Parts: sequence; C-alpha cells; structure tokens
Amino acid sequence: MPSPSRPVTVKAFVSQRLSSRWTKPLVFAAALAPMAWTVWLALTGGLGAEPVAEGVRQSGIWALRFLLLALAITPLRLLSGLSGLARFRRMIGLFAFFYALLHVLAYVGIDQFFDWQAVWRDIVKRPYITVGMGAFLILTALAATSPKSMVRRMGGRAWRGLHKGVFLAGAGACLHYVMLVKGWQPTPFVYAAILLALLGARLLNRAQRPA
Amino acid sequence: MLFRFKVPSQAREDEVTPRELFLTRRSAIAGGAALMAAGGLPAFPGLAKAATFQVPTTVSPQDPKLDAPTPKESATTYNNFYEFGTGKTDPSERAGSLRTSPWQVVVDGEVAKPMTFGIEDLLKFPLEERVYRLRCVEAWSMVIPWIGFPLAELLKRVEPSWTARYVAFQTLADPAQMPGLRSPVLKWPYTEGLRLDEAMHPLAILSVGMYGEVLPNQNGAPVRLVVPWKYGYKSIKSVVRITLTREQPPTAWNLSQPSEYGFYSNVNPDVDHPRWSQANERRVGEFFRRKTLPFNGYAEEVAGLYKGMDLQKFH
Repeated sequence: MPSPSRPVTVKAFVSQRLSSRWTKPLVFAAALAPMAWTVWLALTGGLGAEPVAEGVRQSGIWALRFLLLALAITPLRLLSGLSGLARFRRMIGLFAFFYALLHVLAYVGIDQFFDWQAVWRDIVKRPYITVGMGAFLILTALAATSPKSMVRRMGGRAWRGLHKGVFLAGAGACLHYVMLVKGWQPTPFVYAAILLALLGARLLNRAQRPA
Repeated sequence: MLFRFKVPSQAREDEVTPRELFLTRRSAIAGGAALMAAGGLPAFPGLAKAATFQVPTTVSPQDPKLDAPTPKESATTYNNFYEFGTGKTDPSERAGSLRTSPWQVVVDGEVAKPMTFGIEDLLKFPLEERVYRLRCVEAWSMVIPWIGFPLAELLKRVEPSWTARYVAFQTLADPAQMPGLRSPVLKWPYTEGLRLDEAMHPLAILSVGMYGEVLPNQNGAPVRLVVPWKYGYKSIKSVVRITLTREQPPTAWNLSQPSEYGFYSNVNPDVDHPRWSQANERRVGEFFRRKTLPFNGYAEEVAGLYKGMDLQKFH
C-alpha cells in the first residue's frame, strides 16, 4: 500500500494491484482461459473441419506465447521498476510447460492415437518434431525443478545454469514453428524476433551492469 | 479394385446427392423455387441462387461406406487457397471478392488451334459427376463429388502438336481480388503442370462444380483441375491459362521447396514428405487415421503411366 504522503501514481497503483492476494488466482484463471476456450470450441464444433489439427495447433501456439511471456517478465520488471512482477514468473513459466504438455499429449494421444512407433519415427525422422521434442524435454526439466526446494537441493548456481535452458527451449520452439509452416510465412518469424529481443534485453542489461 | 468406371447410361446418379436435388442448370431458379415449395431445401440453402447440375455420375468409390462424401460444410470451409491467405478458413471467409464471371481460359502453346474459352463455353462440355478421393500433402483427405469433364476433351479441341509433351496451368493472380497475393508465400501466379499423357488420362478432369452446384469461390471457381491420384496442390484452382509445352514447366510448390514437392507428386505412402509421414491420413470428419493408398487408390488406372520410373526419385 502506498503511504498517504506519496502521490498515487499509475506505477504505485499497478504495484499495489500486483501485490494483492487476488491477483495471482486471477492470473491463474486467465492463463487457463485459452484451454477452456479451445475445449469449448471443440465440444461445440467450433474448431472447424479438422478439430484435431486445430487443437494441436492452438495448444502449441499458446505454449510458445506463455514461454515468451515468462521470458518478458524480468525485462518488464527492470524497465518498469515493478518488482511485484517477479512472483508471477514461475507460474507463467509453468503454464508454458502446461500448454506444451497439452500440445504433446494432443499430438501423441489424439493425432497419432498412441501409435508410439509412428511417434518415434516422427521424432527421429522429422527435424521439426525432433527440435520440438527437444524443447519440450528442456521445459519438462525446468518444470520438474521449479519448486523452491529444488533450488536449495541443487544449489543456486546449478539451478540458475539449468534454467538458462529456457532460452534454448524458446529457440527450439520458434525453430519448430518456422520449420513446420508451408511456403514463406511471416508469423513464426515474429515470434522468433520477440524471443531475440528478449534475449537482447538481457544481454544489454548484463553489459550495463558493472562487473 | 477400389472404384469402377461406369458408362453414363448405367450411372446411379442417386448414389451421392439425393435425386430430388438434381436440377438442370437452365431450370435452376424455377426448380429451386419448386423445391422450396416442396420443403425439400434444408440441405442446400441458397439453392435458388446457385446454378445446379443434373448430370450422370460416372465414377464413384467402390465402397461408398469407406469413402462416403465429406460433408459439404467441411469441404467448403477447410481449404488451402493461399491467394486468399494461409489459414484453412481464410479462403471461405475472403474468396467472396473473386469475380468468376466473365472468366476466360486461354489455351495456347504447342497446339494447332490456340483457343480462348469463356466459362460459358466450358459449361457446354458434356458434364458428369465424379466422386473422387482428395488427398492433401498435409495428410488429410476428403471425398468430393465433382462436376466436370475430362481435361482430354478440352485438349483435343486445341489439337496438341507432336512437339507438346507437358501441360502448364496458371491460376488467376489479381491482387485486387486476391488479398493473399500481398504475401510472398509462393511465387505468384500459382502454377502447376502435368505430363501430356497424365493430362489426357480419363481420370483428370476440369471441374466447374461440386455437390451438384457451381464451385464455391474457395474451391477454385469457376474452373479448376482435379487430378485425384496426385496430392491436392496439383489440382490447381481458378485456372486462367493452359499452355502446352515442350519442356517440363515450373510449378509453384516445386519452386518453393524442390526437395519436398516433386513435379509428379503422385500420392505415395512410401515416399515421405520430409515433414509429414505420407503413410497414413486422416479423413476429414473422422478420428482415426487410415492407411494412404498408392496413387490415392487409383493405381489400377494410372500406375501404367509411370511404368519403369523410379517413383522415389520422380516423386
């Protein structure tokens, strides 16, 4: 809460909202909305003629969006000075993993109907699936080591080192997207550019910091 | 054998579209009104506006249960027609801007009699219904009752010269009508090609309609190619030019990714697209995948065209 003596600025207002105990459940619910909406469309025939393909596509694109959002939190925090943003980072990151998991489950369980042989052939034979699965494995490792207790168990240094892998996962996800579209299409490159900008912001920040 | 040829006199035109929905083009409006009065209309709203065809069904799947026609709703809302955008619903949402009349198809090149056909001329060819499987390179498939006529009939009119070995096709490329042309997703205009003997094969047709009605814009109105034993992108839409050539013509997808899209592009479960397995496919509207058949199930009719060819190399 801003003290009565300080002027009430937009920043102070946002900062106050961020620290409200309702904000986290609200963000949690909002993060589930894309899934809820897709499931609703699937049940009401709103996913078009090929609902399976559309479900796989939607879960994948939302995984990438949440991944970029998670990576945007620290630069946003540094730029805005809103330190309250930090406590959403893990949750958003876990939602990236959640959507990636839905994406993989939709592909393995619905699209291929647990034809493990076909899935394995895809993974070894099709570079875009190899890359996508690689990114998913990284996200799985990050999600598994996301509890605070894991930071203690691993040691801060090792944990931070491992979690730098999120950029590798992001790069893999973008590459996966670039590789799977047909013809020359700009959208995947827009996501890749956002990832590069987020990585650039960090490098810039590090360069400015005194050694 | 997966399908049979039938002579028109033996055709069962009620196999796919209910008999009462067949009307002649000339009496479409009157017929539509009569049907409406009879209350037989719900399946085809807007029938009074759309020209409809009463034509014999000459080719249909051997097993109508295994290859039941895809719901019209799906076939007209799930389309690849990049001239209107790369999303599957872009064509059905945006192709309204395509003007399909007047429409001319120039047929030229290595022919004795170059000709220009208006769409009204094309509608005078003896039309028939062909119920074909359509296999997209993206591993989905449909079954579509096309209305059209053999491409060979058109080619015979222009009298191909002995030097003609290939047939090149071109789609309209008018940015004013096709918003997708702003994006360089492919080299415009969209082009396709066939070997002359493929083009003359009785299964290759020019289509002017589907589901008993004129082609919707998003499906390639007013006239498109249908080559059922090849991946869908070979069946070029909204054709404005057909040129007989001596050399193998460039084709849009082959130009974009030669390793992925060969000139022949015959449906072949044993030659994988580098990004998609071609071993199986999902029939639109179904849950489980099914095995993809060589030449999309038309091997008996067309395999002879490729005798002695290495189909791995000439994919």
